[in-house]
Amino acid sequence: MLSIFLLISAAFFSIGLLAALSRRHAIFILIGIEMMLAAASLNFVAFWRFGPSPHQPTGVMIAIFAIAIAAAEAAVGLALVIAVYRHYRTTSVDQLDQLKG
Amino acid sequence: MNHWIASNLWLIPATPIVVSLLILNLPKSARSPAAGFAILGQIGALALSILAFFATSQMAGLQTVRNFTWLTFGNNALRLGWLLDPLASAMLVMITVVGLCIFIFSTGYMAEDRNFKRFFAYLSFFSGAMLGVVLANSLLLLFVFWELVGLASYLLIGFWIERPTAAAAAKKAFITTRIGDMGFFLGLLWLYHRSGTLLFYDSGSGCLENAALNSLGVAATFIALLIFCGAVGKSGQFPLHVWLPDAMEGPTPVSALIHAATMVAAGVFLVARVYPIFSVGAINGVTPSLEVVVWIGVVTGLMAALIAVAQSDIKRILAYSTVSQLGLMMVSLGVGGVAAGIMHLLAHGFFKALLFLGAGSVIHGLHHEQDIRKMGGLRRLMPITFVTYAIGMMALSGVPLLFSGAWTKEEVLHATSIWPRSHLPHYLMMAGVILTALYMTRQVIYIFFGNRGPASEGAHESPPVMTWPLVALAFGTITLSVVLTPAWPWLHDFLIGKQARFDFAHLIEPAVFTSLMLVLIGIGLGIVLYRGVAAENRLRPIEVDPFQAAQPALFRFLQNKMWIDEFYRGSVLRWSKALSRVSDWLDRNCWDGIVRGFGWLGQLFGIFTTGVDERGINAGVDETTSGARGLGRLFANAHSGQIQTYLGVIAIGMLALLLLYAWLA
Repeated sequence: MLSIFLLISAAFFSIGLLAALSRRHAIFILIGIEMMLAAASLNFVAFWRFGPSPHQPTGVMIAIFAIAIAAAEAAVGLALVIAVYRHYRTTSVDQLDQLKG
Repeated sequence: MNHWIASNLWLIPATPIVVSLLILNLPKSARSPAAGFAILGQIGALALSILAFFATSQMAGLQTVRNFTWLTFGNNALRLGWLLDPLASAMLVMITVVGLCIFIFSTGYMAEDRNFKRFFAYLSFFSGAMLGVVLANSLLLLFVFWELVGLASYLLIGFWIERPTAAAAAKKAFITTRIGDMGFFLGLLWLYHRSGTLLFYDSGSGCLENAALNSLGVAATFIALLIFCGAVGKSGQFPLHVWLPDAMEGPTPVSALIHAATMVAAGVFLVARVYPIFSVGAINGVTPSLEVVVWIGVVTGLMAALIAVAQSDIKRILAYSTVSQLGLMMVSLGVGGVAAGIMHLLAHGFFKALLFLGAGSVIHGLHHEQDIRKMGGLRRLMPITFVTYAIGMMALSGVPLLFSGAWTKEEVLHATSIWPRSHLPHYLMMAGVILTALYMTRQVIYIFFGNRGPASEGAHESPPVMTWPLVALAFGTITLSVVLTPAWPWLHDFLIGKQARFDFAHLIEPAVFTSLMLVLIGIGLGIVLYRGVAAENRLRPIEVDPFQAAQPALFRFLQNKMWIDEFYRGSVLRWSKALSRVSDWLDRNCWDGIVRGFGWLGQLFGIFTTGVDERGINAGVDETTSGARGLGRLFANAHSGQIQTYLGVIAIGMLALLLLYAWLA
């Protein structure tokens, strides 16, 4: 059973990574990142459920924390996107190359 | 009280000098305070001088010395000092009295000058410097004040700086006296080298005392002659007399001060002061150096008297007369009549100041006309000036009894007559006396007698502030004759430190009659020669002098001052110009060439180092920097700012790590 969860999680992560790398729109990149986070949380829960001590809810706790932090992070990320949009009138990360060397 | 002054002698020169500094710091508009301070300072110096005079006159032959250390270097100390003796104290009183009269006169004469304040500052300074010369007990201190006198004379002769002639005259005075001072300075150094001290009197070890004098030996002659060079310059003796007549460019009170109380008196005083050096190894009172003094004096005295006969500027006549009288004093010192020479100097100070101030009064009254040929008939227009001028003229000519110059001249003639070496100076000086009477008679006839000249129109007597000093000086001239008579030679004996005795018999000595005869001949000759001038209609300036009519060539020779100025211009000045041209050429071509050669070498080296820099060092540095720049550009390209590229790289890296882990496991 564990391997099924792990495969799903890996697939999720790969999809998220692909989205983050290939989409040009900042919000889609954020969505991709959220997907990768969700894949990691799934891993935590799976390893807890099929691990040596499934009675204590450690994995769930970590997943809940990760979701909470992800929510905060998404909020900051969206705020940044809005701020960037207001400043540059674009959300395409191709054009946001001010930090290039 | 009397001895208080002996230990505070420095106060006497310090008073006028401090006053002059004070005046310099006053605002330019403070005219009456400036004159007031100057006169007060002079009165102070006069009071102190009189104290000093009484201190010396109470004790015959008193000589007070106050030495102090100025500098110490190693084991040697350079000591200076003040000296009060009869010679100094008599000079002090003369300088301050005459100075005071001139100061008061100046307040009237200079009343309309813009730089009134500066004038009084300089006058005060001049007087203070001269007092310092008189009181110095060290040849070095004397030299310092001597040069200050020179400086003050320079400032005052060139007082009217806006006139080019005044500036030239000031320069001439300064440079000419400097030639003499050069000799003086060398003599001073030599004396210091031989005797090790420059103090005159230092309880047995001073340079004018026997121990030091004996050690001088043959060098004494040369030292004396070098010091005499200074006196020749300052006192306008023969080769260096040319500055004195030109110094007439200064304001008339300055001429009076230079010719009477200060400056020219300094030279005669110097010879009198260092007389012991002149008379080292004297046989019968004759030494080679003193002989030089005599002959220089004779030449000067006669030459200047001759030139004075043919001059037509009121002040120039007096200037040549001063030169001539200074020659007489030098002769007197040279033949051994030190007291006679100094007495003549003192008496001369009074009557020459009187004559110059009288001339100033005439010039003032005639609105700055100085040509005697345009004057005439001033006797009635300026009575006080006339009377006082006549007194001065008679004193200078040597009319006996009431006029001081007579007795001192007689003393000088007496001193020359007993000179063992030669009688020529005696006879030449007798000729000088005749000439003096002649040119003074001429001057007085031209200025005061006869019909009015073209410049006499509108002439007026000078204000009281100018006539009173004349009266005072005339009074002094007459009073001085009382203490100068051979019957009661008080001043003479005061100077040599004896108590005077009254002896009426001296009044009827043959010498007195001889000099009386000479003076009468001179004045008579003058009246005969110039009688016609007085009778002439003078509405136009007199063009032909009676003497000129008789001897045109000789007159021209004398009128042009024997062409001495021209001779100097043609010789010394030309040579020095040629020399400067040669050194200019050397400078440009020789020394400049060397300097330029060095510069060229430096330039060459510069070119070489530039090449090394640009080709070698710079190239290496350039290579390094361009390499660094290329590398930077390479890395900068990776830093694209594309966040997804970064992410991709991270992902690839992570994948690579995983694969590595899998492969290792």
